[in-house]
Amino acid sequence: MPVAVKDNISTSGIQTTCASRILEGYVPPFDAHVISLLKKEGAAIVGKTNMDEFGMGTSTEHSAYGPTLNPHDKERVPGGSSGGSAAAVASGMVPMALGSDTGGSIRCPASFCGIVGLKPTYGRVSRYGLIAYSNSLEQIGPMARTVREVSELMSVISSYDPHDSTSFDRPFEHEPVEDITGVRVGVPEEFFGEGVDHGVADSVSEALSVLESLGAKTVSCSLPGMQYALATYYVMCTSEASSNLSRFDGVRYGPKVDTKRQWHEEFRDERGGLFGREVQQRIMLGTFALSAGYYGKYYAKARAAKEQIKNDFLRLFKEVDIIAGPTMPTTAFRIGEKSDPLSMYKSDILTVPANLAGVPAISVPCGKSGRMPVGLQLMGRHFEDERVIDVAYAYEQEVAR
Amino acid sequence: MVLESDVKGISRLADIRIPEDEIAEFTKQFNEIIDYFDILDMVDAGIEEDTPLYNIFRDDEVEPSLDQEEAISNSGETEEGFIRAPRVM
Repeated sequence: MPVAVKDNISTSGIQTTCASRILEGYVPPFDAHVISLLKKEGAAIVGKTNMDEFGMGTSTEHSAYGPTLNPHDKERVPGGSSGGSAAAVASGMVPMALGSDTGGSIRCPASFCGIVGLKPTYGRVSRYGLIAYSNSLEQIGPMARTVREVSELMSVISSYDPHDSTSFDRPFEHEPVEDITGVRVGVPEEFFGEGVDHGVADSVSEALSVLESLGAKTVSCSLPGMQYALATYYVMCTSEASSNLSRFDGVRYGPKVDTKRQWHEEFRDERGGLFGREVQQRIMLGTFALSAGYYGKYYAKARAAKEQIKNDFLRLFKEVDIIAGPTMPTTAFRIGEKSDPLSMYKSDILTVPANLAGVPAISVPCGKSGRMPVGLQLMGRHFEDERVIDVAYAYEQEVAR
Repeated sequence: MVLESDVKGISRLADIRIPEDEIAEFTKQFNEIIDYFDILDMVDAGIEEDTPLYNIFRDDEVEPSLDQEEAISNSGETEEGFIRAPRVM
């Protein structure tokens, strides 16, 4: 079974760059846990896919090796940061691929490219070998054309790994089930606010009607923590990134430094010269947010907001089994269209809550708006990835009829 | 409000050299994003995290890992099995 692998997942003997110049030529001496599992199952790893550098982006335009194009419209982005994986699947190059999702990086490209992508419950898939960007938020996850294939890939990659201190022993062994009678689906009003494209909202509303016709019950609800979600995400991920990326200094890996020079001088030039602009900005933001005098204003507040958002979900999940809405506020935008960083960050508004809460979230295609694919996002309770798969499967099968 | 001098200080802490002619633009974009973060001021930081903690450390027994050659295989400069780094002094 051919599988493509996002280039931030370590593959022994195969160059792994995270789409950055600072890891150009880096050949990992070990396999990520998920890669070992794939090899044990007899999968063929056919290649590494393009991405936003170190996972930082929503469009795959921030790759040091050039952008990936959306197979549905080559003037548009495939989404990010797992844009290469999504495009490879959507264009038929491979049936399945691995991506990683920190703030929507599997679900966004799945939505923009019209394929299925799952971000598992945090801790269900080992992060050992995933080159870290924001370790409290990210997960490796499956991407494929159908829900069944995503489910199959998930069952291969989810197993306890003692190498990952955040790994849970909750293997996924599930046959997708079409019957969703009685499943209660909450639809937060915040997911259909201003900023969500009308065409997208219409496609998703239609999809929710399909779920109702299958016996699910939809109910309106609220996630008040949404107002902080984006700021919380960007404070946390940039803070963690500033720490995680401090290891890139050209000494143990990457284009080598001049050891005759003084270390700060050399590191400043190496990192300034080889990290892309977006990566530099995020490291700087994180350094600032964690610095003495600002820690209480930013990082401590973000931690508290993250807890609030998780509690919002727990509270809602007492009344509903699934939370649904659009995956992205728009369809795929044009390459170069979102040149302002903040407007790019705002595209993540609907995807970051699942990372902050740690809950499973899937994007499944639900029609088109203006010729471009729209994604329906379904989120479930922690460790109820199986139910999320079932509801996505039921929808997909009904629409295919 | 972050000043250009602050951005230069942060770039020193982060060990990332930002060219002089890019400092102004960098500072402007930096401030736009930091301003957006102000919404967090409304958050009550007194919320206790509810997560139980487990000690997952294993016993300190030697287990198979990377051998020395593998560990230094990507290093630009090595010497007798060690990795060379830039001058500390």
